[in-house]
Amino acid sequence: MAIEGEGGRVQATIRQKLSEALAPSRLDIVDDSARHAGHVGARPEGESHFIVEIASERFAGLSRVARQRLVHKVLEDELRTDVHALALKTLTPEEDAAP
Amino acid sequence: MIEATTSAPVENRIRGLIDEHDVVLFMKGTPVFPQCGFSATVVQMLSLLGVRFKGFDVLEDPEVRQGIKSFSDWPTIPQLYVKGEFVGGCDIVREMYETGELSELLSTRGISVEPRV
Repeated sequence: MAIEGEGGRVQATIRQKLSEALAPSRLDIVDDSARHAGHVGARPEGESHFIVEIASERFAGLSRVARQRLVHKVLEDELRTDVHALALKTLTPEEDAAP
Repeated sequence: MIEATTSAPVENRIRGLIDEHDVVLFMKGTPVFPQCGFSATVVQMLSLLGVRFKGFDVLEDPEVRQGIKSFSDWPTIPQLYVKGEFVGGCDIVREMYETGELSELLSTRGISVEPRV
């Protein structure tokens, strides 16, 4: 079932795919496209630049590079098409809870 | 255009670049005129650490722009290499800068770091 609400189509897809694949304890997605409007890679309809903060148990024991590769893999199709830039912060739930 | 260098398979060209230079940043634009905020951020981190690096402008070279993505198994630009090893993109470099890990990594690889006060 598609989750309606905040954000547009691409943002909803990102949320759905990451939620299914990584069972995050926290997932914050910000559409940062407006700040990049007019840049190469920005689409007139927006939804091209995203900031994603995600906490998941799946990241435990993985390097920063391996964690981001995992996210890239899940969002492979989007990164090839709609999403021009994806700023990522990947944490384990423990790291996320740390002050 | 230098035809001689573009005739080699792109993987060999990329390998040549990261073998030849201790620190290579594949970026959009040049270190002096970055054409993208993420590339500019990495340039800034390296500059703050006083690290000499080779900036490679992928906008000037579509073959490398595509090739580096599969070479590194990384879909976005910028990409930082130290001593032939992929370090990461903008988020990772920034995190490592903030925690001091970037400076540590460079030092342990024998690269001169002279942080600007």
